[in-house]
Amino acid sequence: MASEEMEQLVRREYTQGFVTDIESDTAPPGLNEDTIAFISKKKEEPQWMLDWRLEAFEQWKKMSEPDWSHLDYPPIDYQAISYFSAPKKPEDRPQSLDEVDPKLLETYEKLGIPLHERAALAGVAVDAVFDSVSVTTTFKDKLAEAGVIFCSISEAIREHPELVKQYLGTVVSRGDNFFAALNSAVFTDGSFVYVPEGVECPMELSTYFRINAANTGQFERTLIICDKQAQVSYLEGCTAPQRDENQLHAAVVELVALDDAYIKYSTVQNWYPGDEDGKGGIYNFVTKRGDCRGDRSKISWTQVETGSAITWKYPSCLLRGDDSVGEFYSVAVTNGRQQADTGTKMIHIGKNTKSTIVSKGIAAGKSDQAYRGLVKILPRAENARNFTQCDSLLIGDQCGAHTFPYQEISNSKSMVEHEATTSKIGEDQLFYCQSRGINEEDAVNMIVNGFCKDVFQELPMEFAVEAEALLSVTLEGSVG
Amino acid sequence: MLEIKDLHASIDGTEILKGINLTINPGEVHAIMGPNGAGKSTLSAVLAGNEGYEVTQGTITFEGEDLLEMAVEDRARAGLLMGFQYPVEIPGVKNVYLLKAALNAQREARGEGEIPAPEFMKLVREKLAYMKMDNSFLQRAVNEGFSGGEKKRNEILQMLVLQPKLALLDEIDSGLDIDAMKVVSQGVNSLRSEDRSILMVTHYQRLLNHIEPDVVHILMDGRVVKSGDKTLATEVEDRGYDWLTEGSVA
Ligand SMILES: Nc1ncnc2c1ncn2[C@@H]1O[C@H](COP(=O)(O)OP(=O)(O)OP(=O)(O)O)[C@@H](O)[C@H]1O
Ligand SMILES: [Mg+2]
Repeated sequence: MASEEMEQLVRREYTQGFVTDIESDTAPPGLNEDTIAFISKKKEEPQWMLDWRLEAFEQWKKMSEPDWSHLDYPPIDYQAISYFSAPKKPEDRPQSLDEVDPKLLETYEKLGIPLHERAALAGVAVDAVFDSVSVTTTFKDKLAEAGVIFCSISEAIREHPELVKQYLGTVVSRGDNFFAALNSAVFTDGSFVYVPEGVECPMELSTYFRINAANTGQFERTLIICDKQAQVSYLEGCTAPQRDENQLHAAVVELVALDDAYIKYSTVQNWYPGDEDGKGGIYNFVTKRGDCRGDRSKISWTQVETGSAITWKYPSCLLRGDDSVGEFYSVAVTNGRQQADTGTKMIHIGKNTKSTIVSKGIAAGKSDQAYRGLVKILPRAENARNFTQCDSLLIGDQCGAHTFPYQEISNSKSMVEHEATTSKIGEDQLFYCQSRGINEEDAVNMIVNGFCKDVFQELPMEFAVEAEALLSVTLEGSVG
Repeated sequence: MLEIKDLHASIDGTEILKGINLTINPGEVHAIMGPNGAGKSTLSAVLAGNEGYEVTQGTITFEGEDLLEMAVEDRARAGLLMGFQYPVEIPGVKNVYLLKAALNAQREARGEGEIPAPEFMKLVREKLAYMKMDNSFLQRAVNEGFSGGEKKRNEILQMLVLQPKLALLDEIDSGLDIDAMKVVSQGVNSLRSEDRSILMVTHYQRLLNHIEPDVVHILMDGRVVKSGDKTLATEVEDRGYDWLTEGSVA
């Protein structure tokens, strides 16, 4: 199908939520070679990229959707989803914030993301994904000065093909899992970061993701590479407006840390969880993996998950280099009818590798959550160490939290520690706070935030403040 | 200040308080003594608004208002503050944060704005020093890992910051060493004023030497069986409680 024809697609009527009125070129629903060619062409990609996508598509067709024991959702019709949507004229895209469509800025405003303010005040470079194309990137100059590349993945494919070719798919292979294969075939945007040898990225890098065009699944692809002795802190925040259809999100994030490099990846995720019956929420199937490829490298995942109808997500670390370090700090909050199946995998391959897992689960309403953690120690991983702490807090008696720790240990000179607790939010703690004049809602927030302290303190400052606010919004009305 | 009339309360269907009558006027300090299981903590809990207890009969009036109609936090905001026998630990919540939230909640209820941070810190440091507590207690999680005596001091610290009209103190002396007893009593005494009242539960005459009560009540089996001045405490210390029941039942 010719792309001109494709471009004349029916524009959707936006009726729900506060979907911004920016015209989109939306691919027709359905997934086949033509759709992939359309995406690749839209993105002005070289042939090798298209071939790479098509091979992923071939693999995907042979795979079947995993069957989750702990998640329950209606089957997804992959042919009913449209795989591309972009603001109308990509070549007219604004080069700076001043040129950004005021309507878009307005949308960010509504989402509580005053972009220019936040970016300028906090000294954060922002690469915002709106629909499927990055529309604004700030602080590029300052980053360029340091030699840091921070751009959309599409731009990286065009401008830095050698880096993309060298690293893309080397941490999460195309055939890794059903959703990774799908993403590899159809990913439309996401971020690319390269920090050269010896450079400490001069600012925190941040991306706000948002899903906009109705019925369009988003398939971001993020690739972050820290060369030897380089360091970067990357923040990812997500939020979506209210809408009626379930939305599929299947992102892939790949991190590569070479010798002595340090990547800190923080997420505050607040996607629409659906109404009280779970209708209309985001389905979030994400593959996030960090590769500590070099000796003494370190990758740290910190996440605060409050959104989505369904979350399936296990940020993981491959500890390949000797003395490399992997960390996972997580707060997952579920309320209403949300379902979350999250956790992490720490694969110890090199000698003296260390990993730390701190997971805090909070379940309220009729929600259900599971933590799954795998600690795998390979035969070569002498003196490997893991410490895992999983705590669950239940609010009310209609919710559930389950912990599934898996351990595969093939080196006898390694050490694995696991601690787990499940508690109900203490009536006596609530009473204590209330008897000091603090109302019930504030008391719950106070106790829950206290419960999450170990994780929040790993977050960059402004993010931590945001996370606390998010928690209170999520738990609003969960007691009493 | 406080007027309790024919108060009956039960827990899980078991009646614990069986008709309590008690009046506390502004400026008065009352002590409640009585054997284990008599219902002393139950009375404090009912006053503070613990929902685990069901009030089946009687009334409680606090500052002219129907206390039983008030939510827990509203009682505190109205000036009734409870010092717990077993203060709970709240991991991850800084002591200073709880203090500030509590003070601001009360100020808000009174139509005052939030206390400015420097003013608050000055106030807290002053009270902390008064309670002979280290500044580090502000940054520690509420009661977490505090020794028994430190927890009690912390309860009084809250009282000093929040300045209640009526302080309820449940066995504030238990677990205190001699020095701590002095510090805690000093703290409580500093609250005494013409318009402030104190109701304290204790097993020991010793506390009453430090904080002199105007009235002593003996609570047994859910009833106040005898009230008197501070000499009643000495009498109980010498003779125990048995003589009181024999007298009252007959
Ligand atoms: N859930 C319950 N079901 C039945 N009885 C209960 C329950 N909880 C408490 N009680 C009883 O209520 C009675 C009063 O308890 P309370 O704690 O008020 O006593 P107290 O006077 O404070 O004693 P102490 O001097 O030991 O602190 C006790 O006999 C106790 O066993
Ligand atoms: Mg008691």
